[in-house]
Amino acid sequence: MNNKALIVTGVVIFLLIVLFPFWYMRGKAAPPPEVELTPKAKAAQKCVRSTEYMRAEHMQLLDVWRDSVVRESKRIYVNPDGKEFNMSLSNTCLDCHSNKAEFCDRCHNYASVRPYCWSCHIENPKEKT
Amino acid sequence: MLELALKGGKKYYGWMTLLVVIVGIGFLLYLRQLDFGLGITGLSRDTSWGFYIANFTFLVGVAAGGVMVVLPYYLHDYKAFGKVTILGEFLAIASVLMCLTFILVDLGQPMRAFNVLLYPTLNSVLFWDAVVLNGYLFLNIIIGWNVLEAERNGVHYQPWLKPLIYLSIPWAISIHTVTAYLYCGLPGRGFWMTAILAPRFLSSAFAAGPALLILCCLIIRRVSSFDPGREQIQSLAKIVAYAICINVFFFLCEIFVAFYSQIPEHMDHIKYLFVGLHGHGAYVPWMWASFILMIVGIILTVIPTTRKNEGVLAVACVAIFLGTWIDKGLGMIAGGFTPSPLHEINEYIPSLQEVVIALGVWAMGFLVLTALFKIAVSVKEETRS
Amino acid sequence: MDSSRRRILQLLGISALALTTRPVLDAFAKEQQATGADVIIKEGDKVLKARQWAMVIDTRKLHSEAELEPLIEACHTIHNVPKLLNKNHEIKWLWGTHYHNAFPGKAARFIAEEVEQRPFLVLCNHCENPPCVRACPTKATWKRDNDGIVFMDFHRCIGCRFCMAACPFGARSFNYRDPRPFIQETNKKFPTRMKGVVEKCNFCAERLAVGQIPACVEVSKGALAFGDLYDPKSEVRELIRTHFTIRRKQTLGTEPCVYYIV
Repeated sequence: MNNKALIVTGVVIFLLIVLFPFWYMRGKAAPPPEVELTPKAKAAQKCVRSTEYMRAEHMQLLDVWRDSVVRESKRIYVNPDGKEFNMSLSNTCLDCHSNKAEFCDRCHNYASVRPYCWSCHIENPKEKT
Repeated sequence: MLELALKGGKKYYGWMTLLVVIVGIGFLLYLRQLDFGLGITGLSRDTSWGFYIANFTFLVGVAAGGVMVVLPYYLHDYKAFGKVTILGEFLAIASVLMCLTFILVDLGQPMRAFNVLLYPTLNSVLFWDAVVLNGYLFLNIIIGWNVLEAERNGVHYQPWLKPLIYLSIPWAISIHTVTAYLYCGLPGRGFWMTAILAPRFLSSAFAAGPALLILCCLIIRRVSSFDPGREQIQSLAKIVAYAICINVFFFLCEIFVAFYSQIPEHMDHIKYLFVGLHGHGAYVPWMWASFILMIVGIILTVIPTTRKNEGVLAVACVAIFLGTWIDKGLGMIAGGFTPSPLHEINEYIPSLQEVVIALGVWAMGFLVLTALFKIAVSVKEETRS
Repeated sequence: MDSSRRRILQLLGISALALTTRPVLDAFAKEQQATGADVIIKEGDKVLKARQWAMVIDTRKLHSEAELEPLIEACHTIHNVPKLLNKNHEIKWLWGTHYHNAFPGKAARFIAEEVEQRPFLVLCNHCENPPCVRACPTKATWKRDNDGIVFMDFHRCIGCRFCMAACPFGARSFNYRDPRPFIQETNKKFPTRMKGVVEKCNFCAERLAVGQIPACVEVSKGALAFGDLYDPKSEVRELIRTHFTIRRKQTLGTEPCVYYIV
């Protein structure tokens, strides 16, 4: 085989591209973002579920909420503590977390996810335009 | 075998580059559509399907038309077509690809296209259309590729292909039947509500598909050393002649039913297309052109002396291809939506951007078609020498 | 190709498949947790219920476009329906039209002058046998079994517009562009839509869920009535029993649930 040089260059270029995030950051990790709680969220102390659960699974929870409300016309969520919530992203979640930029976006940007919930659901129901 | 598509002369590469450029322009405009929404087209609340779906419908026909070389060879043992079946199958592949692209381009939320598979809905004809089109695509890829490879290696194709080949024949009929069912099962759309719609679609398909194939054969003969054969072309021409006659006959049946019954819901759409309605008649010249082209096609393909002259035959094929495209593409969709269910007339005129995106899809299809035909022709040349 | 290489490729393929199924299964398991045994998902207490919601429009009480305006305004404002100037891109849930447009098959050559001039309110008929639901390839529009509303899931709609072709009443609109810049006053309680999805009247399902009747009925000063078609004591049944009513394109068999007193 006389393609050795070609193959080696190809492999090197491939590795360079694949490992881009590592050499670009020179092995350091970007600092994890700090999310800010609004006074209202702080006062409430507890979200719909525990903080750990919400941090890890809020997307699954929202997915279930969405399907329950839209497809099964069930709008009330009773959490393990027996507390009732209206399953609504705009009217329940964002009522407390009315600081989308400091709460939602920071983490989403860090994780490089771009949920398009806000193309339809309005960011902050309390604020007047 | 793919490497055969890469070995070509200057003309071949020039043609391919031209197509790539058109695809590129279409794609850039499509990105704009993705960003802005389908508002860049001429579509409206009343005419919610237009140029994209029209071309999709027409191309399903071209894809189904490929079966007109497969069926005589495998079912009637018409040996002469053995030489060109591969062209029919490859034409089907390229056409179905264009169909699927047109559907994708027409979606408001293309990123969600997989919802059709995630939430399969058996009562929706569109679900079945997706099933049969993809099925037909895979059948033709598997059959065409393996048969050609066997030919290249000088062996008989694998026995397991035989049942697939037989399956592909009714499957071709199914793709166009299901496509017609998209339209003819909708209440309140008088123009489409006709049991003859699927047969009509098939007849125009069996005219347009083989007509395009004849043109391809004539081109292949010019640009390569492979001759698809005079007998083959003449047999195809007879198929085209029968099919276009039946197509015009079916159309006249529709005219009779609508105008003898005098039911406004059925008449109004045809009136809109051919003479204009309440002062709106953007499609009148197009529809008459289509009708005249099809009649010219009938005259030239039915009379033996003109049919046997390949130059004249080429003209006839172009006429038939264009005529059926206007009829089924432009007229069928725009005519079905105008007047609207509230009997209002809001004319649909495709926008320039919409037309260019559609051209991009056609160019993509012809790019695939040229590459596939190049492979097929190279194999034929190889095995002959 | 020698067979050992083929074998290794096959093995690699199978293991890749096995590795990728795990996260998918995990995702399903997590969704189970969100609905797990210690959590209850239920309807609200105030929800209004019916076997099939229906509407009766007393067209004798609505004399001019100006009288329809507050009804349309109420609907379009609370549902964030945009006002697009380009007629092609127009979005309408509820609108007024002429008798011969609302009832194209029933327009007689000579007709009471007053009826000819009267505007007719049209909207989604929430058919009992809806062709749009038959057409939808993703179940993004369906008929709710709990109250017969023909509903839409804007999250699932792929924008194929088959439902628009299937609807014989022209009740559906498509978002040909982002509607947000064209919403004059946003109702923060209700979502907007995004480009590329179909929308239509939802019989105010979000209001019924909290015990309110549809907005257009509420502001109609008695011209519109709303109730359960299958409850013989409901207001709509009472009106249908005591008045001559017609429905749009009844011959198509879609069984519209909006009745008109002419």
